[in-house]
Amino acid sequence: MNPNTDIIVVDELTKKFGDFTAVDHISFRVHRGEIFGFLGANGAGKTTAMKILCGLSRPSSGGGTVNGYDLNRDQEKIKRHIGYMSQKFSLYADLKVWENIRLFGGIYGLSGKRIREKSDAMLHYLNMTDLRDELVGDLPLGWKQKLAFSIALIHDPAIVFLDEPTGGVDPETRRLFWDLICEAAEGGTTIFVTTHYMDEAEYCDRVSIMVDGVIADLDTPAALKQRYGATDMDAVFRQLAYRAQRE
Amino acid sequence: MGAIEVTTVSKRYGTCQALDRISLDIQRGEIYGLIGPDGAGKTTLFRILVTLLLPDSGSARVEGLDVVNDFMAIRQHIGYMPGRFSLYQDLTVAENLDFFATMFGTTVAENYGNIEEIYAQIEPFRDRRAGKLSGGMKQKLALCCALVHHPSVLFLDEPTTGVDAVSRKDFWNMLYRIRESGVTILVSTPYMDEASLCDRISLLQKGRIIETGTPAAIVAQYPHRLFGVSGKPAYPLLKFLRRTPGLLRCFSFGSEHHVAVAPGTIQPAELTTQLQAAGFHDVVVREIEPNIEDCFMELAKEERQES
Repeated sequence: MNPNTDIIVVDELTKKFGDFTAVDHISFRVHRGEIFGFLGANGAGKTTAMKILCGLSRPSSGGGTVNGYDLNRDQEKIKRHIGYMSQKFSLYADLKVWENIRLFGGIYGLSGKRIREKSDAMLHYLNMTDLRDELVGDLPLGWKQKLAFSIALIHDPAIVFLDEPTGGVDPETRRLFWDLICEAAEGGTTIFVTTHYMDEAEYCDRVSIMVDGVIADLDTPAALKQRYGATDMDAVFRQLAYRAQRE
Repeated sequence: MGAIEVTTVSKRYGTCQALDRISLDIQRGEIYGLIGPDGAGKTTLFRILVTLLLPDSGSARVEGLDVVNDFMAIRQHIGYMPGRFSLYQDLTVAENLDFFATMFGTTVAENYGNIEEIYAQIEPFRDRRAGKLSGGMKQKLALCCALVHHPSVLFLDEPTTGVDAVSRKDFWNMLYRIRESGVTILVSTPYMDEASLCDRISLLQKGRIIETGTPAAIVAQYPHRLFGVSGKPAYPLLKFLRRTPGLLRCFSFGSEHHVAVAPGTIQPAELTTQLQAAGFHDVVVREIEPNIEDCFMELAKEERQES
């Protein structure tokens, strides 16, 4: 309940589309600095809930805060203060590496000087300094993703939302990407991540599983596995998601 | 004669070698998996085999028919479910199915037995527009449309991408039932855990086949000993293992790290002691069997070193 330790506080959050309740009175907390896995079957309401948390959609009722900003009133502030990356869209393929960095730096209101400092540091950290003039579309997928993740953090947000960041990526790149996530978490950034890879759920400090618009369970992977008598998160997920009534 | 025979097929887009001398021999009634990440060439190969794209060189036959010379005849024998949802969004479920049946000169009634089991699950929504279906139902409708003309070879391009773990299991159960009726199935997936569900697989990386065989045979060829290592805290443990001399490779696999070890170098008990001495707790080190994902990473590494 302590606002200093919980970066996301959600109470009775509900979203209806007509007579369909996509998100049904969900309440949960995300602690500052943790890696929080937000799982659920297709159609469970994950995307809808995530859009509200990112300030892109308004709750029908209920609400909460993200980094202290109100989900009903401070949507513009939320957008400015969070990081966001998705597998489907992240960078502009026909802009160069440095142009993408400048674009997103500018969108988040960084000064020209700050953007230059940031891009030098970022490209150095990613070992991509030689690639600054390459078109992003010409980069291998693994590099693109690393760059997209770093750009999502360009304005030093306290929390970053990752929407299926590793879909379709080769096994090694997927793991190297999680190294970046863990590094960012060690540096204090809160990570809110969705994935269909159940092994990745194990890397989270805590995991919530949505079924039919509600949070069916939320705990550490170890506690969930014990509760459902499962050896891995895949088995936990299947036990919970098989209860789903709606598709 | 195999159901699908591919002989040194290559395809290039500009400077990108999408397929590099691919050869495959797929038997009747097999579930054959093309396993590889985005950009491996899976979709390009599918498009050549379903006669929507010409190869630059090499040849391919489906049911004995050449994909270039006999393209019209091939189309009567195959069902194709593209990676992207490609039904008519503003036609209803029933209209889509009727449309595909008509295009192939048949009727839904004539082949109902072929799709009954899957169609029964979406029948309650027969008057709903396809665009308004959930992901799982769209997938089932697309499969019905690919099966309605009773094809003998079914091409499924990433049917389970972005689909949750439960729906993926359901989908595979449907594939097993389709196989029972003698249909050959070529299926692609980026999910390595689905590889073990296929009869035989080819692992693809950057347009090349890096290995072909049964999942069990591929696993048996893994060249190292493999330890499963768990302990707390997990991420610092991973970094520590990577710095430890004598260990070849180390990657996370859910709650465990998989550590490749050269034969005869270090024993699990020794490593356990080292990790405990370094301050990690709840340390467990056990010898494990590799899975397809371990093999893929190993083979991809060899491939990179050779090229």
